[in-house]
Amino acid sequence: MNAPLVGVLSLQGDVREHERALVSVGARTCRIRTEGELSRVDGLVIPGGESTTMSMLAVRTGLMQPLVDAVRGGLPVYGSCAGLIMLATRVLDGRPDQQTLGALDVTVRRNAFGRQVDSFECDLDMPAVPGGPMHAVFIRAPWVEDCGPGVEVLARVEDGPASGRIVAVRQGKALGTAFHPELTGDGRVHALFVEMVRHG
Amino acid sequence: MSGAETSTGTTRVKRGMAEMLKGGVIMDVVNADQARIAEDAGAVAVMALERVPADIRAEGGVSRMSDPEMIEKIQATVSIPVMAKARIGHFAEAQILQSLGVDYIDESEVLTPADYSNHIDKWAFTVPFVCGATNLGEALRRINEGAAMIRSKGEAGTGDVSNAVTHMRKIGGEIRRLSSMSPDELYVAAKELLAPYDLVVEVAAAGKLPVVLFTAGGIATPADASLMMQLGAEGVFVGSGIFKSGDPVQRANAIVQATLNWDNPDVVAKASRGLGEAMVGINVADIPVHHRLEERGW
Repeated sequence: MNAPLVGVLSLQGDVREHERALVSVGARTCRIRTEGELSRVDGLVIPGGESTTMSMLAVRTGLMQPLVDAVRGGLPVYGSCAGLIMLATRVLDGRPDQQTLGALDVTVRRNAFGRQVDSFECDLDMPAVPGGPMHAVFIRAPWVEDCGPGVEVLARVEDGPASGRIVAVRQGKALGTAFHPELTGDGRVHALFVEMVRHG
Repeated sequence: MSGAETSTGTTRVKRGMAEMLKGGVIMDVVNADQARIAEDAGAVAVMALERVPADIRAEGGVSRMSDPEMIEKIQATVSIPVMAKARIGHFAEAQILQSLGVDYIDESEVLTPADYSNHIDKWAFTVPFVCGATNLGEALRRINEGAAMIRSKGEAGTGDVSNAVTHMRKIGGEIRRLSSMSPDELYVAAKELLAPYDLVVEVAAAGKLPVVLFTAGGIATPADASLMMQLGAEGVFVGSGIFKSGDPVQRANAIVQATLNWDNPDVVAKASRGLGEAMVGINVADIPVHHRLEERGW
């Protein structure tokens, strides 16, 4: 499997930026809006966007259950920001009816850093991706409030009022970041994910 | 220590916020109940304003930024982003909206302009701005002033989509023209567009604006949303079209479905069924030129 096919969930959000990042690290991509499209891929990316809207659209288009089944069945999956929320098992400050895929045994807090005026950029240490600090862009971002025992913490915020908050996690074949590596041109997180896809 | 610098209000954070709204519908709402209906229907954001454009047209008078109390009520009701409008050039209104913590400011021709020469210096703000444009030069002038998102102007409050179509075709056509030019032709192109040369070069190379492009103005039906997405819009603003129609809940849902499945006529057809009355509508041709919103902005 030289160039794995990674689908990007295309209900809403920054789909194109994820496609560009995936292609830059050697994957092929396609857009996923139906169960048929989902069945063909080796891995799945859930982009940034509005997690409540994305979840609602997945339910209304009948895609939620196939997504849950695919991820339970071991499909490698990566989510950034809203995508991280979609992968979480528990969501704080979401909608009461918000459904998620439950691929990561974590509790996420939605819009945890505040409103758009509080959105920010900073550097993070992320030892799972070699090559120095990771420049991270947080946009109305969530954080991971707590993790189950099987979850590996990959990065935390290092400064400011949110210092110590968990913003990147991995569990089995699921990877989540509260920030948007697809916006910076740094392909290392996507490369890490494509490695996870390659090794099944 | 790698994380020593944390910065807010950067260009990347402002433009990135708009990237997250792509493929979505942003709905005009005038109170908390409408905001809840919009969120339940799957809107990616709401635009809080005191009167929808159709009522601004009907009632006339000077139209201004909304009451902060009303904006705060909407912020307390929904968890999706809340946008609000400031008058063109009215940077004090924008300062107030930033202090309220709105997620995006629309420097909007729908309100009565406050400055007939200058737009707001949007670089001076932490909160991002969206601005209207009728053509590529106008879009690039707004981006040069710091706009982090562009929308077509259309003719808000009419239910007549024709001006939005004209603006989207114009912007798309001018981008395609730039992409076909040789580098030495871009100097004159910048002069003709009345736009900064560096931005013209950037657009020519990328084949798209450096910020997200939505459509707005006169969108009233699922078919309108599909049409605008097929003409290159990355998402849709719906103003009077939803809450001036017979069944806002169903119409809001239908426009969300059509924006998601814009390239699938079977789904748009299904979404278009049994929606009840669309907003009544005014033909743009019947509006005197000096009352047309597309004429506002410079």
